[in-house]
Amino acid sequence: MKLNLKIWRQKSPSEQGQFKDYVVNNANEDMSFLEMLDFLNMDLVRKGEEAVQFDHDCREGICGSCSLMINGSPHGPETGTATCQLHIRKFKDGDTIVIEPFRAKAFPVLRDLCVDRTAFDRIMAAGGFCSVNTGNAPEANSILIGKEVAENAMDSAACIGCGACVAACKNASAMLFVSAKVSQFALLPQGKPERSRRVRQMVAQMDKEMFGSCSNTGACEAACPKEISLENMARLNREMLRASVTE
Amino acid sequence: MMKCKSFLSSSVGQKFLVALTGLGLSGFVLTHMLGNLLLFVGPNAYNLYGHKLTSTPLIYVAEVVLVTLFVVHVGLTLKLQKANRASRPIAPSQLPNVCVKRASFASRTMALSGLMILSFAILHLVTFKFGPYYAVTVDGVEMRDLYKLVQESFQKEWYTGFYLVCMVILFTHLSHGFTAAFQSLGLSNTHNTWLKRIGFVFALVVAGGFFSQPLYMYLAHH
Repeated sequence: MKLNLKIWRQKSPSEQGQFKDYVVNNANEDMSFLEMLDFLNMDLVRKGEEAVQFDHDCREGICGSCSLMINGSPHGPETGTATCQLHIRKFKDGDTIVIEPFRAKAFPVLRDLCVDRTAFDRIMAAGGFCSVNTGNAPEANSILIGKEVAENAMDSAACIGCGACVAACKNASAMLFVSAKVSQFALLPQGKPERSRRVRQMVAQMDKEMFGSCSNTGACEAACPKEISLENMARLNREMLRASVTE
Repeated sequence: MMKCKSFLSSSVGQKFLVALTGLGLSGFVLTHMLGNLLLFVGPNAYNLYGHKLTSTPLIYVAEVVLVTLFVVHVGLTLKLQKANRASRPIAPSQLPNVCVKRASFASRTMALSGLMILSFAILHLVTFKFGPYYAVTVDGVEMRDLYKLVQESFQKEWYTGFYLVCMVILFTHLSHGFTAAFQSLGLSNTHNTWLKRIGFVFALVVAGGFFSQPLYMYLAHH
């Protein structure tokens, strides 16, 4: 398969970036999208050119390292998958693929397709945890949790923090991410004691990081590789209101 | 008190206020539309309704509340909109089309449709509330002949057409806004998915009602 690539190249955060054209001549349809980029990089290194920088780690859709805006969609045209789970068979021979970094003030481009997503880490550090004595693993049935609650909390916890929601949103809002993280704790008994402080501090950090506010367009939900639901956002709003009138 | 202040200064709290004032304004447009249906009954019914509404001192309280709702709704939205623009390193027009288009047209154009409705509302007040005063006597009481003013205004094709276009814009704004308000207030969940469709129905009723009135006045008196 022959693929024409238009890839964003940017040397450093301060320098102006631009699109550069590349051609991958013998791409295999069974390759993952990232393997195709590895293939291109091998070729570039062989020719003595600078390899295209991109983020990746587990390559099985669970770590949230990969990003990429592929033909205008975060993580590419497939729904419910991360870039690493996208395969070349989803494209046609001779296709032109535009590859950009995620664009948001809070996610500055470090180099080429790599963006700095530590704003998410700072939001998590602000309150996205449970302060409990760890010690030995507790007896599994000492705290009983209903099936529906456990499932909802698990669905929220499926968020891998990749930032696709921010990239998809016209306001570069991080509400879907923050709401998933607030929900995964707020739903469970272990997370309830700190729920008010948690939501206040995480939202305050989100605002401080210059993420936009939510316009309820739903673009984030459509782009999310883990299909995190907008219901989490309604829960975040409830949690914020609850925190402001109680405690 | 401190907690409440920090809530209202957060983006989530401000969207909460935008939603709350938006629902208040939705209630206003609904009652305004329902009251105007008296245009179909006749001049006396409509003028009596207008007279009763404006002759109670409560009208001043209602006007203050309405202006406050407008100011908070528009002011906070403009403030949030400015922050939203700043959170993007590139202009909205340069955003990749594919991901943007996953969101509905109405949801992407709320600020623009809102500003258009605001301009319309000002023009509307100038035309009717602060417009020419015609007197009429109904049941021995002298009152303003609003029916005549309405009838006169909607004799011009372009003016009636302009109103109809504005009502389509109101429809798009309400169809997204009414539903989105429940999301911002944290009221939507998996058990009330009908809330997702209620905005469309509400917008259809309100804008549809408002659409029929100038059209009727134009067709019936032409």
